[in-house]
Amino acid sequence: MEWTPIWLSLKLAACTTLILFIVGIPLAYWLSRRSSLGKVMIEAILTMPLVLPPSVLGFYLLLTFSPNSILGSWLLEHFNISLVFSFEGLVVASVIYSLPFMVSPIKSALAHLPVSLAQASYTMGKSKLETFYRVLLPNIKSSLCTAIVLTFAHTLGEFGVVLMIGGKLAGVTQVASIAIYDAVDNNQFKEANQYSLVLFAITFVIVILVFIFNRNSARGPLE
Amino acid sequence: MIKATIHKKIKTYKGNSQLIVEAEFPLHSITRIHGSSGSGKTTFLKTLAGLITPEKGEIHAKGICWLDTVKKINWRPQQRRVGFVFQDYALFPNMTVQEHLQYATDDKLLIERLLRIGKMESFTQHKPQHLSGGQQQRLAILRALALKPELLLLDEAFSALDDELRNVLIVELKVLLKEFGTTTVIVSHHIQETVDFADRALKIEQEN
Repeated sequence: MEWTPIWLSLKLAACTTLILFIVGIPLAYWLSRRSSLGKVMIEAILTMPLVLPPSVLGFYLLLTFSPNSILGSWLLEHFNISLVFSFEGLVVASVIYSLPFMVSPIKSALAHLPVSLAQASYTMGKSKLETFYRVLLPNIKSSLCTAIVLTFAHTLGEFGVVLMIGGKLAGVTQVASIAIYDAVDNNQFKEANQYSLVLFAITFVIVILVFIFNRNSARGPLE
Repeated sequence: MIKATIHKKIKTYKGNSQLIVEAEFPLHSITRIHGSSGSGKTTFLKTLAGLITPEKGEIHAKGICWLDTVKKINWRPQQRRVGFVFQDYALFPNMTVQEHLQYATDDKLLIERLLRIGKMESFTQHKPQHLSGGQQQRLAILRALALKPELLLLDEAFSALDDELRNVLIVELKVLLKEFGTTTVIVSHHIQETVDFADRALKIEQEN
């Protein structure tokens, strides 16, 4: 069994989770504040990857990033970047595809915190930023953990989007889920089983760690 | 003197109504606010604290304008720094008793004194979920006092305390409020609760 697809999957999941953790927290905070029609529209668009078939999303991303498209040709011309059939393209596609898995749990947790927590902090002279880092974020730790795990695990298991945007270039875009498909397609069931077992073990360990981390929390990590 | 004139629309289950309050609070006084449920008592306190902005109104504290909707002056809650005891206590689940007080002040001596007054010395490392209702309420009061506020707003702040503890706390509170020069406004449904505490009363009613 080749370990490169497993390593690529882990690298892709780690990059995607890190980027979404940085982008997702402020986005979730913004969405959790007072609702408006504009926000509802944006939230609906951000949630689309949850319900859209991955191949549809992958197809549109392929069209968007293709060197023949406006964005694709601009990226190629100015930065010499091609997002199709490259690992960077996989990361960008995964960030878009997994966005709701990071944003939704955090947004929901922030929206359910009593408003008076932040208000109490403001009356004590604390800024919105300090209140956010010292009061709000520490009180949604279990939801943060859930968001990280869901994003990581979801990216690890990606197939349709990855196949559409990255193809299956060995050592570049052939992640574990695609390696499993290829192995089955070539009647190499032993190899497919090995990849599957490794992915199963990795995700199982992650989920167990989250349950241990959140064992004192009132809510379970996946609630 | 703290003067407040406030016009604020309130949505209730009966429909929209107006909260209109014109009030003066002499410095260092303790005013009890009463009125029927849903009359806007909490809204009034939150407006004083800068947490809610009325459609029309002015608030002046010791001659300083905190709010003037005509002149578009509206100090943020961070600038007003009033002590506020929320009806739901608004304690931070991630912080211990000690950390709550440290979040409000760096004055270690004041923290020790407040812990003694609130009889909370044995619970400094406890988080709110491990405190009784009465202890949580005391912590909320102590945290508000840790700011040494010029204006202290108490929303049903004695409701979870038994008579004996409340009476002891009121005596100690009055000493502190006098020392800090704090003007206090307390919302309470029960006259008995504040009979030894407040020296003035103000009734709030909605207008349709």
